[in-house]
Amino acid sequence: MSRIRDQKKYEKTFAFHFFRWLSGEKDMYVGNMEMKPQREPEETEESIEERMKDHQQVLAEVYDQTKNKELLLFEKAYKFLSILFCLALVAILIVTVSYLPRVGNAANPDNNIVSETYIKEGLRDTGAVNIVTGMILSYRAFDTFGETNVLFIATCCVMILLMVDEDKIKENADSNDRDFEPKNDVILQKAASILVPIVFLFGIYVILNGHLSPGGGFSGGAMIGAGLILYVAAFGFNKTEKFFNEKVYTVVKVTALVCYGCIVAYYFLTGANGLPCLVPLGEPGKILSGGITLPINIFVGSEVACTMYAFYALFRRGGL
Amino acid sequence: MEMILNFPCLCILLTMFSAIISSALNRRWARYLNTFVVTLVGILSAAVLMFTLTSGKSYVYQMGHFPAPFGNEIRFGSLEAGMALFFSVIMLLSLNGGREKIRMEIDPGKEKLYYIMINLLLSSLLALVYTNDIFTAYVFVEINTISACGMIVITEHGRTIEAATRYMIMSLLGSGLFLIGICILYDMTGHLLMEYLYTSISNIMAAGTYRIPMMVAIALIVVGLAIKSALFPFHAWLPDAYGYSTVSSAAMLSSLVSKGYIFLLIKLIYRVIGFEVFFGSRIINVLFVFGLAGMIMGSVSAIRENDIRRMISYSSVAQIGYIYMGFGLGTGAGMVASAFHILSHGATKSLLFVAAVGLTDASGGHKEFDELTGAAYRNRLAGAAFLVGALSMVGIPLFSGFISKLLFAQAAVQSQGKALAALVVLAMSTVLNAIYFMKTVIRIYTPTDKKYEVTAFGYKVSYAITLGCFILLNLLLGLFSQPITNWITQGLTILQ
Repeated sequence: MSRIRDQKKYEKTFAFHFFRWLSGEKDMYVGNMEMKPQREPEETEESIEERMKDHQQVLAEVYDQTKNKELLLFEKAYKFLSILFCLALVAILIVTVSYLPRVGNAANPDNNIVSETYIKEGLRDTGAVNIVTGMILSYRAFDTFGETNVLFIATCCVMILLMVDEDKIKENADSNDRDFEPKNDVILQKAASILVPIVFLFGIYVILNGHLSPGGGFSGGAMIGAGLILYVAAFGFNKTEKFFNEKVYTVVKVTALVCYGCIVAYYFLTGANGLPCLVPLGEPGKILSGGITLPINIFVGSEVACTMYAFYALFRRGGL
Repeated sequence: MEMILNFPCLCILLTMFSAIISSALNRRWARYLNTFVVTLVGILSAAVLMFTLTSGKSYVYQMGHFPAPFGNEIRFGSLEAGMALFFSVIMLLSLNGGREKIRMEIDPGKEKLYYIMINLLLSSLLALVYTNDIFTAYVFVEINTISACGMIVITEHGRTIEAATRYMIMSLLGSGLFLIGICILYDMTGHLLMEYLYTSISNIMAAGTYRIPMMVAIALIVVGLAIKSALFPFHAWLPDAYGYSTVSSAAMLSSLVSKGYIFLLIKLIYRVIGFEVFFGSRIINVLFVFGLAGMIMGSVSAIRENDIRRMISYSSVAQIGYIYMGFGLGTGAGMVASAFHILSHGATKSLLFVAAVGLTDASGGHKEFDELTGAAYRNRLAGAAFLVGALSMVGIPLFSGFISKLLFAQAAVQSQGKALAALVVLAMSTVLNAIYFMKTVIRIYTPTDKKYEVTAFGYKVSYAITLGCFILLNLLLGLFSQPITNWITQGLTILQ
């Protein structure tokens, strides 16, 4: 409505049309223009098929690289530019590295008080003969706890992607074991029954001696996981489920991580508040020594073993 | 030692514990535990914020029994505590706002995995905020990346899987560059702890040795974090990832995940590289140009978009451009403006995502603008919330977006040589923002006779409360900007 002009003149202005369009009241052309009511065109099935065929043909021709010059050009330019980009990055990094201090030089900046302390005081501070284990599990315990959580969240992500319903697993159980894996392969089974106990024993040895000799939770856990995978490959899931099913998996994983977390939390809180850590360091070289490194190694080992096995089982049949 | 100083460490550990325990619970208890923990983290962070604001100092907290260069540390002042509080509030609100959608779109057997992702995302964000050691930062960047991928892929249709793959490739490239940067820094200094790095770097810069590797390391770190937070030329993964994932994921990805990396970058600039070294290098000019380009190109792409979720996603590209433009100005005021924009954009963008899902659900699940005509009448609260978010994004006074634009403009005037470019692009970007947001607002307030099937989603009480809280938060940031900027300025000064 306009107060200045009369209604008829106002109806011809742009403002009137714009506000009517904005409020969506009426079709602007109704009454002004003769319009036939639209009717749905009738189509036979053949013409639909014809049209679909045309559509397919158009698509095929558009994406046909031999005929579409632009697509071809794009593909080539893309490859060329990506190679160029990678080469440029490599060149920049090589030039940068040439300016850095030479490896193994005693005067390098990274041979400072930090690494010296780790080497000299590591045994006294952490009780672990293996300095590396002492360093990652005592000095930098927070980083390593974060790393263990990376493994945990990686398993969860694979579960999101690959886990299928339990009924489906049972439905496909037979074909799963028979089609893709050699079932009742005697050679594999004999070899596995000899090898698996040895692998398990060696894994446990590496975990328990993580603070004394090279190794630790991560490497030992990987060995135990490999042993479990070998067992499944030889004997199938039915036999494995008798001692390692989803319930056992959850219990082991959650217990290991919760215990690890508790130890770490106790260690952080006492350390920050100036309280003594009550875990004894023990006599260096003995199996029961190393303060918190031994239990942490055990828990990390079980977590890593579970993760390895879970990856294999999830990729093979979508469940544990 | 005060009891309250243990809270940041406790927050990080609590979120990790809740993630671990969630994997043994059913989905209902996982949801309860998650809500409880996020709320608790918010309360504890608020306590830390009060404590640090009154004392006006920052604190170093030793993680373990070994002091500074040997063991791990976290460090917190008022800025860090406030960020932690902000992150947990936004997380709680976006989870509540999208709760129905989570129930509808996620397979019930996998819902608890979603809460595991959320818990670990919060733990990594807290660690990125509080960390005082760049290697710890890298470890938690990894957790952040993986959990973000999980959050995208959990809805399990082709679009999200493709989006997650793209996100993962780009994000891993960013992590890789960040890691190489850390390695080069370590090779030159022999330290990973921020304080020691800072002194070594200022010594190196004073002595004039290692000039080239230093620049390359700074560039790699900045570019790595810029890829992960979707600065303009590296934003190709963003619209799919935000546009097709479930609404809570989209809200959290845009307002928490990318902001976490930006906050880490602020921390690195102040505490590792050093304010003068960073602003003396030419890298800020690159950031400035990319930021300006992002402000324009993000808005242009948003105008062309016909899908409301993707339009909001492209608007994120423009807003990230603002933040990097603030870095590029090279003044303290620019940093304050960028830090304020982290808050204002975080609060507004999650509001927009949550409101948009109410509108699309009132239009039979369609996301195209044709179908959204009159949606604000079908779901009035969502319409009002979208209006508030749009006005804030455009920069109307009363709302938070206005304050950040004002701060950017003030910072631009103070800077030397960049004032004209920054102001012109700021004005252009504001007009472009207005074009696409006002188009949407007019569209949703245009009456129509078309009837849609009414979904119960828009009328849930928790959804309404969430939107109310979001609007309040936005007004709070817009109306009480002076104390907030004072807090940011104080926090940035004690960051050094």
